[in-house]
Amino acid sequence: MSEIVQMQEHLLALKSEALEVLEKVATPKELADLRVKYSGKKGALTEVLRGMGKLSAEERPVVGQVANEVREAIEEVINRKQEEFVRAETNERLAAEKIDVTLPGRGLPQGGIHPINKVIEQMEDIFLGMGYSVAEGPQAESDYYNFEALNLPKNHPARDMQDSFYLTDELLMRTHTSPVQIRAMEAAKGKAPLKVICPGAVYRRDDDDATHSFQFFQIEGLVIDKGIRMSDLKGTLLQFAREMFGESTEIRLRPSFFPFTEPSVEVDVTFVKKNGERIWIEVLGCGMVHPKVLEMGGFDPEVYSGFAFGIGVERIAILKYGIDDIRHFYSNDMRFLKQFSRI
Amino acid sequence: MKVSTQWLSQYVSLDQVTPEELAERITRSGIEIDSVEYRNQGITNVVVGYVKSKEKHPDADKLNVCVIDAGQGEDLQIVCGAKNIDAGQKVPVALVGAKLPGGMDIKKAKLRGVLSQGMICSAKELGINDKLLPKDQQEGILVLPEHTEIGTPIVELLGLDDAVLDFDLTPNRSDCLSMLGAAYEVGAILGRDVQLPELNFVEAGDAAADHISVNIEATEQCSHFSARYISGITVGASPLWLQNRLIAAGIRPISNIVDITNFVMLEYGQPLHAYDADKLNQGAIEVRMAREGEVLNTLDDQERKLDDRMLLITSGGQPVGLAGVMGGADTEVTASTVNILLESAKFDGGTIRKTSRRLGLRSEASQRFEKEVDPSAIVPALNRAAELIVRYGHGLIHEGIVEEVVQVAEEKTLQLSLSKLNRYLGTELSLLEIKTIFSRLQFPYGDVAQDLLEVRVPTRRGDIVRDVDLIEEVARLYGYDNIPTTSIEGTTTPGALTKSQRLRRTVRHLLTHGGYQEAITYSFTHPAKNDLFPQLRGEQQQVALAMPMSEDRSVLRSTLIPQLLETASFNRNRKQENLALFEIGSAFFSSEQELTRQPTEVPLLGLLLTGRRQQAQWNTGNERVDFFDLKGALESLLQYLGLQSLITYKADQPQGFHPGRSASVYLQVGSQQQWIGVIGQIHPDIQRESDLEDTYVAEIQLAPLYEEADEKIVYSELPRYPSVQRDIAVVIKEEVAAGELLASIRLTAKELLETVQVFDVYTGDRVGEGKKSVAIAIVYRHAEHTLTDEEVTAVHDQVLTVLSEQFGAELRK
Repeated sequence: MSEIVQMQEHLLALKSEALEVLEKVATPKELADLRVKYSGKKGALTEVLRGMGKLSAEERPVVGQVANEVREAIEEVINRKQEEFVRAETNERLAAEKIDVTLPGRGLPQGGIHPINKVIEQMEDIFLGMGYSVAEGPQAESDYYNFEALNLPKNHPARDMQDSFYLTDELLMRTHTSPVQIRAMEAAKGKAPLKVICPGAVYRRDDDDATHSFQFFQIEGLVIDKGIRMSDLKGTLLQFAREMFGESTEIRLRPSFFPFTEPSVEVDVTFVKKNGERIWIEVLGCGMVHPKVLEMGGFDPEVYSGFAFGIGVERIAILKYGIDDIRHFYSNDMRFLKQFSRI
Repeated sequence: MKVSTQWLSQYVSLDQVTPEELAERITRSGIEIDSVEYRNQGITNVVVGYVKSKEKHPDADKLNVCVIDAGQGEDLQIVCGAKNIDAGQKVPVALVGAKLPGGMDIKKAKLRGVLSQGMICSAKELGINDKLLPKDQQEGILVLPEHTEIGTPIVELLGLDDAVLDFDLTPNRSDCLSMLGAAYEVGAILGRDVQLPELNFVEAGDAAADHISVNIEATEQCSHFSARYISGITVGASPLWLQNRLIAAGIRPISNIVDITNFVMLEYGQPLHAYDADKLNQGAIEVRMAREGEVLNTLDDQERKLDDRMLLITSGGQPVGLAGVMGGADTEVTASTVNILLESAKFDGGTIRKTSRRLGLRSEASQRFEKEVDPSAIVPALNRAAELIVRYGHGLIHEGIVEEVVQVAEEKTLQLSLSKLNRYLGTELSLLEIKTIFSRLQFPYGDVAQDLLEVRVPTRRGDIVRDVDLIEEVARLYGYDNIPTTSIEGTTTPGALTKSQRLRRTVRHLLTHGGYQEAITYSFTHPAKNDLFPQLRGEQQQVALAMPMSEDRSVLRSTLIPQLLETASFNRNRKQENLALFEIGSAFFSSEQELTRQPTEVPLLGLLLTGRRQQAQWNTGNERVDFFDLKGALESLLQYLGLQSLITYKADQPQGFHPGRSASVYLQVGSQQQWIGVIGQIHPDIQRESDLEDTYVAEIQLAPLYEEADEKIVYSELPRYPSVQRDIAVVIKEEVAAGELLASIRLTAKELLETVQVFDVYTGDRVGEGKKSVAIAIVYRHAEHTLTDEEVTAVHDQVLTVLSEQFGAELRK
């Protein structure tokens, strides 16, 4: 038998042996070993090809072609096997990693804003959007700013309307945020337009019950300019009410009395009860700034006019969220507060 | 003010207007009507009956069998259990088929075997508030006047066919504390005329001035005092119609004289008082200020101690009445009174208000004087009462009014510009429309010039003093709903928050997203609560309320912490034990012992942390929070405000805190270290008293944070050269603060230092007693080139040397 025939037979025998062994391979480790055994640098195929030196120049390409076919055949099987092992391994891992996706996740820590401040921020944003700035003032006020400058001289019968917590004869806890109006007017030094809202805590001698609290929050609003009309007040409040309570909200104005406004107004808004019934609910007091108040704030009432309004924050929150007892706001019960920790 | 529509219709027609409609229209025009109450609460078929005879029930001790003539053709037999029933009385009889308030139906019945054809009624059974009845009528069946006609429907007789409107008056509308004032208001709303009572009286006898005299000494407090002298009266019950009026208004009838003064007060709004003239000192009346310590027994049998700010009526120097508040007992009109002095006066509102407050004594009269009565009603009310007294109590009105008038009432005249009115309201009303409204109000007016109207304001409307007050009258009667809705014209303004307002929101939102829940607590607290943490107000004083409602709320809080602790306890008692709370609020204190200036208000951030880090869940740990959880929250906040590098924590032992687990917090402002608050664990004693587990709190002043917060972000180039990290572990004495080590490293390594961080702290056997090992990671970097090993070693060795020299730190191998 010629060398060439011998080599060709050798190669084919190697091929059939390798393919048979490879088909039976069971582990990635065995496969790796067989790869070395057959097609590695010191493998069986290389060993066979080493005998090529004995062949003539014409015979070498012939054997070379056979050798390549054998190598390709072996490597194809090895690669296929390799892929099978990877796939099997992946499938096994996926099966092992299965979790119960219905178990709860680990949350981000989440606190919440107090509902009073939530409503205040919302109201501030509404009025900021309408060009107001926010003014603040002391809670322990002088009698002058709390009463006298608001056209409530000492012994004015209207002082009965809001019994107060006095600190001394001349100092008291403010009974409304209206004194900030006066402070804002003074700070403006007669310069108009002036558009401010003044949010803050106020205090009145009331026995606490479901609808009364001796401490509560108000937002005062004040606009002063030439040519401010009562119809502008109406327009402003309608816009506020709709942004706060929804586009279909209507407002209704009723004549009332406050010493610091003339005319004075109480405002009702439409409110839809749980049973769908639409009712009027009183939400705020307002009016055209009284000429005396303008004067005391440094504005000439013959030149300027203005309007002011005072909104009870708890009242708005109570309506907005359907809260049944004002005392909840100050008990700080987590079970209450947590209900507002969301949009 | 309770306004009977039946009575009101005597002065203004209420035809074609239901009480509900009227209430709605009055409310929409400015006076809130709190309620509409029907006096007839469901009575039918109750009539006046005559008790012909009364016999004892054969089988019941407490029952009587009465024969009643109720005008029904046949006499009725009715069994009655009332003690005061007697033959000869006129009584209300519910006939068979009658209905009574509460839905009771009257049927024919047998009571202990005796037929009863109806029921004899008490006032209560007729739905009448028996507190408003004369005392002798409050118990048993209602006994009607003798001359009452048999068969008259009781509803008609007692004026029950009436609806009463409750006027909730604002302080400016005291004119409606009278039926006539209410009539003017309703007349204006409905556009109907007002009919004033007609006065028809005859003066007889000699001059009143021969019997009585008036002298005003306190002319500031009493501008007008009028009196009449009426002799020969008979005191008795007032007529039923008058009693009905008073009862409808919520006033109890007493006697004809007193009832008439009350009736006229309700009618005109002018309080009146009748004195027994024979008990006065020669009929003399003086009006003067009381003297300190003077005493008066008032009609309600109370001894009142007076002071020199109270206005007094005296007679011959002796107190006989507290002007405008209540009469004296000694000169009271009694059953035996024959001659009276009738008073109608104007007392200063402020004086009456103060007197009534100081004595805690409010009366129908004081309520009216406080808000200033109409001076034009003084004389008409006096005459009206005199006329009624003579009509229902006999006697003679003596000639002339005895009076002193210090100040004559004057009507105000105001000018109103049509264009101003329309500019002010945003309306386009015509002059005619405006005039129509003033006509309805019965305000006389005249044209002054084009666009200008002159309006005379009747004295009853003391609240109207300027043109804007007239504008309001026009607006409310025109209807606020008819005013257009417009947008503000003119220069627009940008709306924006100030830096501190913006940053306050930042603080609030950051903490919220870090898991903290915002609380709002009361500003008032118990002084002992403030004193739990006295250092937090420094050398300053607590601020107390002058008249607190309770000791628990008697001072202004000087710290937020006690109330945060209360909030934590409150929630713990409700099984809410893992708490992360914050409050942004003010504390108050003063540098003065005796407050003369406004107290200081310091905006503070209070933080509280207690319980476990997380709500225990299947996949989370269960660790308790500690000091460093709270400190970390504060650090994150300060970092966010760009202040972290300016903050120093120094171990401190403020009262109320755990002495080993608390720190003062300082902010570097310029070259100063400014104290801005504390952070630490609550002292175990306080924790125990508050029923709390380990609780950590912080209180930080916000104003310096807002002031110093660095809002400017300046980009720095990303590093181009690699950093080198060296980790060291040094053993130091336990009391050396890690913060000092870090500060020292920063100071030594200077600009080569990028970061320095403690990554482990160890105490135990391996480092020896009283010592601790602190492991620190130091990262060096140069901005311009790659650090060489020599450069790093040079600076790092220097760091180690300094640590060794300053703190005796040994490098742990």
